[in-house]
Amino acid sequence: MEVVDHSHWSPILGRLWWDAMPQEPIVLATFVVVALGGAALVAGLTYFKLWGYLWKEWFTSVDHKKIGIMYMILGLVMFLRGFADAVMMRIQQSIAFNGNEGYLNAHHYDQIFTAHGVIMIFFVAMPFVTGLMNYIVPLQIGARDVSFPFLNNFSFWMTTAGAVLVMASLFIGEFAQTGWLAYPPLSNLAYSPWVGVDYYIWALQIAGVGTLLSGVNLIATIVKMRAPGMTMMRMPIFTWTALCTNILIVAAFPVLTAVMTMLTVDRYLGFNFFTNDFGGSPMMYVNLIWIWGHPEVYILILPLFGVFSEVTSTFSGKRLFGYSSMVYATLVITILSYLVWLHHFFTMGSGASVNSFFGITTMVISIPTGAKLFNWLFTMYRGRIRFELPMMWTVAFMLTFTIGGMTGVLLAVPPADFVLHNSLFLIAHFHNVIIGGVLFGIFAAINFWWPKAFGFKLNEFWGKVSFWLWVPGFWFAFMPLYILGLMGVTRRMRTFDDPSLQIFFIIAAFGALMIAGGIGAMLVQFAVSIWKREELKDETGDPWNGRTLEWSTSSPPPEYNFAFTPIVHDIDAWEDMKRCGVERPTAGFRPIHMPKGTGSGLILAGLSTVLGFAMIWYIWWLAAVSFLGVIGFAIFHTFNYKRDYHIPVETVEQTEAERTRQLAAAGA
Amino acid sequence: MSEHVHPNHHGDDHGSHGSLRDYVIGFILSVVLTAIPFWLVMTGAIADKSTTALVIMAFAAVQIVVHMIYFLHMNTKSENGWTVMALIFTIVILVITLSGSLWVMYHLNHNMMPMTSHEMGQLP
Repeated sequence: MEVVDHSHWSPILGRLWWDAMPQEPIVLATFVVVALGGAALVAGLTYFKLWGYLWKEWFTSVDHKKIGIMYMILGLVMFLRGFADAVMMRIQQSIAFNGNEGYLNAHHYDQIFTAHGVIMIFFVAMPFVTGLMNYIVPLQIGARDVSFPFLNNFSFWMTTAGAVLVMASLFIGEFAQTGWLAYPPLSNLAYSPWVGVDYYIWALQIAGVGTLLSGVNLIATIVKMRAPGMTMMRMPIFTWTALCTNILIVAAFPVLTAVMTMLTVDRYLGFNFFTNDFGGSPMMYVNLIWIWGHPEVYILILPLFGVFSEVTSTFSGKRLFGYSSMVYATLVITILSYLVWLHHFFTMGSGASVNSFFGITTMVISIPTGAKLFNWLFTMYRGRIRFELPMMWTVAFMLTFTIGGMTGVLLAVPPADFVLHNSLFLIAHFHNVIIGGVLFGIFAAINFWWPKAFGFKLNEFWGKVSFWLWVPGFWFAFMPLYILGLMGVTRRMRTFDDPSLQIFFIIAAFGALMIAGGIGAMLVQFAVSIWKREELKDETGDPWNGRTLEWSTSSPPPEYNFAFTPIVHDIDAWEDMKRCGVERPTAGFRPIHMPKGTGSGLILAGLSTVLGFAMIWYIWWLAAVSFLGVIGFAIFHTFNYKRDYHIPVETVEQTEAERTRQLAAAGA
Repeated sequence: MSEHVHPNHHGDDHGSHGSLRDYVIGFILSVVLTAIPFWLVMTGAIADKSTTALVIMAFAAVQIVVHMIYFLHMNTKSENGWTVMALIFTIVILVITLSGSLWVMYHLNHNMMPMTSHEMGQLP
């Protein structure tokens, strides 16, 4: 491919020029479709006069439940984008044999695998996990909102701002071609001169602010706002895992921020932290980014371990086996996750003593994880198991994740890693744990808590279709990669010379097709369920015979969650209340003090997006203006004293009377 | 906002905000602890450069403690002991990160091929 000269710069538009517009036909066609779709969406929202509703009820809302749902929607939208990237890679790799170049040129293909990784981790898994924690944690601990409701809204919009920048890179300029962690020296200015890596840096930095703040917020919420009687050792397991995940976020994300800042000054100001010359050390970047990166994978998986615990115990009709061992296993994982980072670069050249140390710590971390698995199995043992959708996903997780965990322990052996590193075996391994663990957990959680969030269950038929396409689809897509990796095929290849490999890639592509069917079925499941919501309605607020406090309130919960703060006497608080026959109070309500919505978070994040965009394109005047805008508006917001209001007692009485009627209708 | 939403949480200790005396002591200590490293560097009082660097790092560590006690008002009782717990966790993570990185990078450096002709000449 010819090298395009991007050295143009003007004071007004910086590096932004016509050559930033989509050049490749595939991108151009996507751009047209997206532009038309976006225009249709805007027109539709305007026609049905929904802007005011969205602004008032959602965008400016500080209600943790609405923010949680918005996080989930963000995750879902970005998941479709990230999956489109995956399908493009699978098609390319299944046809690029025997001198066939495939349909993607190197510049485009390299952006796709980078964008796939970045999007799936930062803008799919993270929003899903944060969204779940946001929705469930305050309900599980009997609180009315998080500790800092405005910060929560701000965090969400900062995460969205990062996602917007990544999406913008698809049509304006390019994305990084460096792989999802942007290792230098490739990500240095010398080898990535245009805007790709800058998009990467600013998207992650801006989204990182959101992630860090939501971590602080949820820790404060869990530590300070638990219902009376809920001691630490009576907290639901999901809340425990959420606490540990947020501790990890607060401890790990500053490292990412620092590394990105160093890379930024390398690229923008000619520093030499990670350059080849002048004393820079690219290996230091690899070291530092994995000090963030390894805790990050536990940030993703821990809350889902919590989800599986809740689902297993609910659908087995039993208290979770080994509650305290589960808590301690989670805490041990939290600490150990900081002691294993070097296993991501065994081959970089540390000596035998370093490699053995980190190999052993890596194997040690599988022990608490294994203990968790046995806890779930023993919870199911002699339980009255109901194979509803959340439980199906949980069982699929146990089978899939165990295989992924075992290949992980295999990779933890340094000599084996020297053979397998950077191969498709590694790719198969981490997709095995991330899809089999995080994604299956998200699906279990969506099926489990959807009735809580919307007041009706999800359609079971389409859920099962999705399940049976997803799970075998996953095995078809990734087992061939294990085999290819063992044979020595490396990752991120665009074309292949050996025609005997093609059949494996075709099988993998077939698996991706099945997964596409699974995703389609899931979207149909959502649509059908919304369509038939009257038939699927849940009046009780407790459709699964749940055990924790979120099931004690109505579905969807009122804005204030609980008219009276519940008092907790046991681990499974709601199960305990049902067993003891606690009467729901129907009188004596008082006005409820609540935080008030504000558009400040959205405005600050919007200004940050402009700032990021201006920095990416070297539009210095705009960067300066938007930076001052962010600071100025943040100061201005501190003078907003209208931050709270009272829900009048009549509204509370009305809402609760409606709930009483619902419960009577449901015969509870 | 949280204490409004949850009016029942009066048991929590919100910690003192410090007296003027605390702030003055903290300020003076900080100034002294900052001035000495500057003086060390500018006058070259210690001949050996790496010794100077180590001494400066020691002063920085003391400075951190001063800030925590006099400006952040940390003690074992504040916030039901959560502050101390957080501090211990932070120290554990910091020690792991710093000592681990030093160990790893030292090893990498030690095992690396010579990159310049100068280094090549120093091979045994």
